[in-house]
Amino acid sequence: MNLFEHIGRYFIMLKSVFSRPEKFKVFWSMFFTEINAIVISSIPLVAFLSIFMGGVISLQTAANMESPLLPDYTIGYITRSSTILEFSPTIISLILAGKVGSNIASEIGTMRVTEQIDALEIMGVNSIGFLMLPKILAMTFFLPFVTIISMVLGLIGGWIAGVQSGLYSTETYLVGIRYAWYSEQGNLFYSLGKTVVFGFLITSIASYYGYYTKGGSLEVGRSSTKAVVAASVAILLANYVITQIVLV
Amino acid sequence: MIIVDNISKSFGDTQILFDVSATFTEGQVNLIIGASGQGKSVLTKCIVGLHEVDQGAVLYDGRDFSAMNRKERIEVRKEIGMLFQGSALFDSLTVEENVIFPLKMFTDMSHEEMRERANFCLNRVNIINKNDLYPAETSGGMQKRIAIARAIAMNPKYLFCDEPNSGLDPKTSIVIDNLIKEITYEYNITTVVITHDMNSVMEIGDHIIFINQGKKWWQGDNKEIIKTDNQEVVDFVYASEFMRNLREKLINS
Repeated sequence: MNLFEHIGRYFIMLKSVFSRPEKFKVFWSMFFTEINAIVISSIPLVAFLSIFMGGVISLQTAANMESPLLPDYTIGYITRSSTILEFSPTIISLILAGKVGSNIASEIGTMRVTEQIDALEIMGVNSIGFLMLPKILAMTFFLPFVTIISMVLGLIGGWIAGVQSGLYSTETYLVGIRYAWYSEQGNLFYSLGKTVVFGFLITSIASYYGYYTKGGSLEVGRSSTKAVVAASVAILLANYVITQIVLV
Repeated sequence: MIIVDNISKSFGDTQILFDVSATFTEGQVNLIIGASGQGKSVLTKCIVGLHEVDQGAVLYDGRDFSAMNRKERIEVRKEIGMLFQGSALFDSLTVEENVIFPLKMFTDMSHEEMRERANFCLNRVNIINKNDLYPAETSGGMQKRIAIARAIAMNPKYLFCDEPNSGLDPKTSIVIDNLIKEITYEYNITTVVITHDMNSVMEIGDHIIFINQGKKWWQGDNKEIIKTDNQEVVDFVYASEFMRNLREKLINS
């Protein structure tokens, strides 16, 4: 299949994803299960990465500030901007494309090759909507919350790294964090808006590759890899397009 | 009753089924037999709608399934139970949850009623006190029986079994065969079984169709298959020396 056929089939699939669930009680139960399985379970990894990345961003900024004309609070300002604009929304989404995307593609792919999806279809269940909608909605609505956690922890990481290294004081860092906040707080909404799109892309693309797996365990592995690659590419493209539209 | 009326199916340039017609009667175990790669599974998937037919029709008690839209098909599918070759139990659900699943999706039963029904179906297939196990914690034979319990949970009018004995020892195969036969007679179900297992052919084949090169080559029952002079059927069913000797003895007696 060529790229255009994949895109066409992906959009046809989306039509089935957003059809009415057979039973809302079952849907809600699956929705909350997915929030736990793909969102809450990702928080420890996101927290770990965010603290260390926030620390590294501030240390690298401090290490590269050679001009004595630049005030120290610039480190806090740059850490805030980097974390809010790119690290927390985009890099964390790319990491989750690997973690969550491969998980979804292999889960649905295994269901496909072991005929569990056929079993759903035979029962009269819309297998696409049943399997994908809870995952897509869970990730789309809750990735922004994970991103907020990542932002906060990234800034805390920057504070811990700089203060314990003696590069700047808490007060200086906080001045940088607060600097021009009122004029730039729109960046926060831009970033959170991006994660809604990224969450949708990660789960829908991974579900697509899992659902259309053909063959056996080897193909499940391949689908999982393809899902991560395609979701990562889609995130980067969407990031560029959204940035161009919103910020430029 | 299921009527398959002149169905054909191709994948790309490769035609798999050629004008296959068959009638599967209720209260009978209908077998589809044939060598690997001859179109048995494709035929079954066409009958249940997992593949669209290129030509012809499938009628469920007079209802033209192949002409129905998705919504209408869902209504028919609620009357279908299917036992898959690999059982196709949901890994993430326990034994009881697997059997409850169709009830949860399509009935308004209370949780207690669903549990009661699930226990009844599990008891019917002799699965006792295994409700909380996951499919991976059960044997192949048990998985088949759990899958049968799930298939009959909704009181189906039609039961499809795709190679129910594959990967099972002869003793467990007989248990599964007997279970399929008993359930078919007990609930007057139209049962269609795809099998390679000659023991099943002889034991439960009330009506048998032999598929060869994508065509219906022969049909009859488990008595007629012993006496048939159709060379392809003889070559397939009596492939081993032992089976040929057995056939001769049966004919002579």
